[in-house]
Amino acid sequence: MRKAIAVGRKEFRQIARDRRTLAIMLLVPVGFLLLFGYALNFDVKNVSMAVQDRDNSSESRALVSAFLNSGYFRFAGTVHGDQELHRLMDRGRAILVLVIPENTGRAIRRGEVAPVQVILDGLDSTTGVAVLGYSLSVVRSVSNRLLLEQGAPVPGVPPVAVEPRIWYNPELRSALFLVPGLIGFIGMITAAVSTALSVVREKERGTWEQVRMAPINTISYIVGKTIPYLGLSIVSSMGIVLAAMVLFDLPMRGSWLALLLATTLFLLAALGMGLLVSTIAESQLVAFQIVLILAFLPTFLLSGFIFPIQNMPVVIQAITYAVPARYFLVALRGIVLKGVGLGAFWVQLAALVAFAVVVLGLASARLARERG
Amino acid sequence: MSAIVVRDLTRRFGKFVAVDHVSFDVREGEIFGFLGSNGAGKSTTIRMLCGLLRPTSGTATVGGADVGTDPEGVKTRIGYMSQRFSLYEKLTVDQNIRFYAGLYGISGERFDQRRAFVLEMAGLRGREDMFARDLPGGWRQRLALGCAILHEPPILFLDEPTGGVDPVSRREFWRLIDRLSGSGVTVLVTTHYLDEAEYCHRIAIIHAGRLAALGSSRELKQLFASRPIVEIHTSRAVEAMRALEGMPEVEKSSLFGTAVHAVLSGPEVGPETVSAWLGRHGHEVSAIDRVQPSLEDVFLDVVEKAGRA
Repeated sequence: MRKAIAVGRKEFRQIARDRRTLAIMLLVPVGFLLLFGYALNFDVKNVSMAVQDRDNSSESRALVSAFLNSGYFRFAGTVHGDQELHRLMDRGRAILVLVIPENTGRAIRRGEVAPVQVILDGLDSTTGVAVLGYSLSVVRSVSNRLLLEQGAPVPGVPPVAVEPRIWYNPELRSALFLVPGLIGFIGMITAAVSTALSVVREKERGTWEQVRMAPINTISYIVGKTIPYLGLSIVSSMGIVLAAMVLFDLPMRGSWLALLLATTLFLLAALGMGLLVSTIAESQLVAFQIVLILAFLPTFLLSGFIFPIQNMPVVIQAITYAVPARYFLVALRGIVLKGVGLGAFWVQLAALVAFAVVVLGLASARLARERG
Repeated sequence: MSAIVVRDLTRRFGKFVAVDHVSFDVREGEIFGFLGSNGAGKSTTIRMLCGLLRPTSGTATVGGADVGTDPEGVKTRIGYMSQRFSLYEKLTVDQNIRFYAGLYGISGERFDQRRAFVLEMAGLRGREDMFARDLPGGWRQRLALGCAILHEPPILFLDEPTGGVDPVSRREFWRLIDRLSGSGVTVLVTTHYLDEAEYCHRIAIIHAGRLAALGSSRELKQLFASRPIVEIHTSRAVEAMRALEGMPEVEKSSLFGTAVHAVLSGPEVGPETVSAWLGRHGHEVSAIDRVQPSLEDVFLDVVEKAGRA
């Protein structure tokens, strides 16, 4: 144990001296948080919207102002003819054009169904779907209000009955979904990459061989080597949660202790992965590439960080069971956003423990077997 | 009393036999040189002796511990220093010493005493807070040596310990090794530098995984007792060597710097015979002298014979 402490102290001093590792562990997370938090934003706001109001009645003006007051749309101008409409859409000056035909007001007053047209730029399908959803809900609420004003009974089913198919509920800002995923993603980078690189660097420098000549068992060495990285990754992850609370109004509805426990288990799994990679790779470059393939990309693509797992083909879904971030994200979102206790996630936590045990076990076995 | 006993030590990697039934003894306090070209099996042998690699067959005991059955016991008895001077660049001199002391479980009063010894020996007193990266080659080398002997191992393995170090530092380093040997430490050293092998009490030449020759420098040079060597200075050394190939009294010749070394078939052959032959073949000899065989002559001779066998 004292030898493990000697290894840990040395590792910690090295990290403190190594600007690159420190930057990976402390600055990159903050950078990612800002980048993802602000740039990778699926919320749709300020959609430029043009209006062709051929009716020009109080009803049609009410509809237009309902759109503009919804907060999602920005007025981009009035359109008078088809040519102008095409020009605006082609140049991307308007994402949406609301076309209100003649006699709409009169039709409404007569209690008839009055169709209005919404022309949508569908190039960016994510935005398109969201904008369509907003438009429909605006139209629906206007319809309801008009019916009420006319004293007509509000039917159980609204006049325009469409449920918007929007991945991310417009009520909930996407940053809230992204930040937990981001913590998992950053945890993977700091823990897996830095652990893998630290062992492989020793191999490259020859100090690895030197240490193996010393009477220290593999377990002590691994414990000493990984604890500083575990500590730093935990600090880094908690820092991100705090930063997200300040910058993005992330609510922290659950207990910090639960968060700490789930994060520690996840980081252990990530560390184990890094360690396993380091037993395979002989150079830092190779180690980085393997980590990229084994940890980075699956965490990004297959964990439910951005792309929902239930939308994936069955084969891909099966692969996601081997991605530790998958379990972590469920627990994390539950703790941070829903305020649920750990009891609800024991399956996920058990999966993380199992993953950590397997990778750390494999890594120790490989390290021990290097002899002979 | 033997510090290291090696018997029929063999290591195979698949079909390739890296070390083939090697046997030798190293006496306590001896400086034992291990000579061989790259890939001859030096490193594999050392790795087995350090307990890092299991022998395929044969046995070796190091300080009484068997490398096959008690590798951890071996590790407590040896110090190891490689050509890479395995220090942590971003740690200071003092932090490097502390780390290696921690690995070997050295603490308290013993640590203070060993630390002082290492700093003294390496000439690093007053430079404890310098980063290993900033040390000149010779100092790094001595610090690496110091870290390797912190735990006072009775046996020290040095794997090409003087690579990339200036001649003055090399000489200083060998003085330290000599002092350690004098205090009873057994030193097994591999080297490329044949002049350095002269510092060794005994030398083993290993070729293609086999022990090709073993003895003191003087004993090994007896190979040439009945075969004098002449050193020939001529303007066209390579062509002269070709001409000598046809001369019956010359066993072989090789290039030594700008000169040619020719091994003569017997003591009765004189330099003037060689000079005359070269003259007849259009080579003007500016100087020709009988020279003592160097270890390089020995090495080339042994390796060539081993290769032929």
